Amino acid sequence: MPNRVRDVEVVALLEVVGVSKRVGDFRIKNVNLKVGNGEYFVLLGPNGAGKTLLLELIAGIRRHDEGRIYIGGRDVSDLPPERRNVGYVPQNYALFPHMSVRENLEFGLRMRGMPLENADRIARALGITHLLERKPTSLSGGERQRVALARALAIEPEVMLLDEPLSNVDPHARFRLMEEMRRWHSELEFTAVHVTHSFEEAFKLADRIGIMMDGEIVQTGSVEEILRPRDRRVAEFLGFNVLDGRVVGRRGTIAVRPDDVVVGGDLEAEVLSVDWTGYAFRVKLGVDGKEVTAIMSERPKSGKIKITFRKFFEI
Amino acid sequence: MRERDLFFVFFGSFLVIYVVLPIATILLKQALDPKALIEAVEDPAVSSAIANSLITSTATTCIAILFGVPLGYLLARYEFRGKSLIQGIVDVPIVIPHSVVGIMLLVTFSDAIVDNYLGIILAMLFVSASFTINSARDGFLAVDESLEHVARTLGAGRIRTFFSVSLPLAARSIMSGAIMTWARAISEVGAILIVAYYPKTAPVLILDYFDEFGLNKAMPIAVLLILICLTVFVTLRWSLCSRSSA
Repeated sequence: MPNRVRDVEVVALLEVVGVSKRVGDFRIKNVNLKVGNGEYFVLLGPNGAGKTLLLELIAGIRRHDEGRIYIGGRDVSDLPPERRNVGYVPQNYALFPHMSVRENLEFGLRMRGMPLENADRIARALGITHLLERKPTSLSGGERQRVALARALAIEPEVMLLDEPLSNVDPHARFRLMEEMRRWHSELEFTAVHVTHSFEEAFKLADRIGIMMDGEIVQTGSVEEILRPRDRRVAEFLGFNVLDGRVVGRRGTIAVRPDDVVVGGDLEAEVLSVDWTGYAFRVKLGVDGKEVTAIMSERPKSGKIKITFRKFFEI
Repeated sequence: MRERDLFFVFFGSFLVIYVVLPIATILLKQALDPKALIEAVEDPAVSSAIANSLITSTATTCIAILFGVPLGYLLARYEFRGKSLIQGIVDVPIVIPHSVVGIMLLVTFSDAIVDNYLGIILAMLFVSASFTINSARDGFLAVDESLEHVARTLGAGRIRTFFSVSLPLAARSIMSGAIMTWARAISEVGAILIVAYYPKTAPVLILDYFDEFGLNKAMPIAVLLILICLTVFVTLRWSLCSRSSA
């Protein structure tokens, strides 16, 4: 991957500083975020964490209450969306239904007085040239996603804001689109903030991940770093077993990935339930009065078994 | 059709028949006396009254669109104090008797609107504008807000977004509201009788002829007005429907 930026602290293309926003009872609290030039940043979190709201604040669709937002070094906090130079792809793609695909792609170019050839160039890059004369209503989910992406990319924005861009795509197309998103990202060299609740998307696409929960960004880091959660909430969100350290003779609390729970060792466990997920067994175990989830490739025997943790983190 | 469907068909057809029956009756009766119809067409008072009606109701519709569409957008997109009050005010003309509307306008604008086109148009506007405002509002509400958000990020300002995205997508709804405004305006009598008896509009002339010469003289003009209104109404509605299915 030639275009991947590793040292993001050097060039922060998007910088969110102490941003807060209140909407009804919900609050985004003091969010700080830096996204490097050319970086693919995934904002990962459960539904209702405030991810979409944060994206809308960056795009300028809503005005934040406190803090500053910088794009390419410019303070855009007080600028309307049309002057922030972001490409925005909302969850429903929002293709203009009264325009053809070509007109959709050319819309931003016309508004900004940019050459219309950009539309053809980006259509070629994303493989949608054959769709240009179609109406958006006649497109499949995957095709719409490409068109929405192309429309935002055509204006050559400084940062792409993608709100659950793969959630309306059927499962077969999804994996292929993820591969293509990676490819387009490295070919077209854009900076992206991609919002999702899917671990798969986050771990497959991200240069860096930010975990957002209850209106706060609770941890940011590379994929490897995120897989060593720093606090209980993150660990639980990622599906780790959060246990009292005394189980393994430690003080404090430990986090164990379900696939690090293996048969063998000397920890007593009782098999409570076994579910076949299609490619592995999800096993619920009772350990020292606590419930522990394990992912196992082979079905464990019922009743009492001995287990051990291949790896665990103190949190 | 099943038995339980017949229940709805039976009760549902009553009002349809009730509306069609008088229209069909008057058209058929007039068809037996085509001479009177031709006389009415050749009567200069009739043709000028019909022209007056068409001009004033069309002007009213244009004014209702010009001011009603932005108001509808405001009501659809913005939250502000007193919004429900504004919404209430928009609907008020529907509940005020039309003779009362005439009196109010007369008291407010006095001589300026007596017996002139302005008076007719103001009376029509008062009683018919809410149709355009409300269907514009409903039309804009039906436009997904994220389309406007995307347009903004693509570089279109608020006004350009309105004209290039929101308005085209709400146009159908606005047009059907405007047709209702036009229809309501051309059929107005009560308020017009009070502020502007002259220049005569068609419904006022029909009333006039009925009082002076009786039913036989009023009927042919009524038939003419029905034919014109139905033609315009049906044509516009039909073109709106065929455009939506295209």
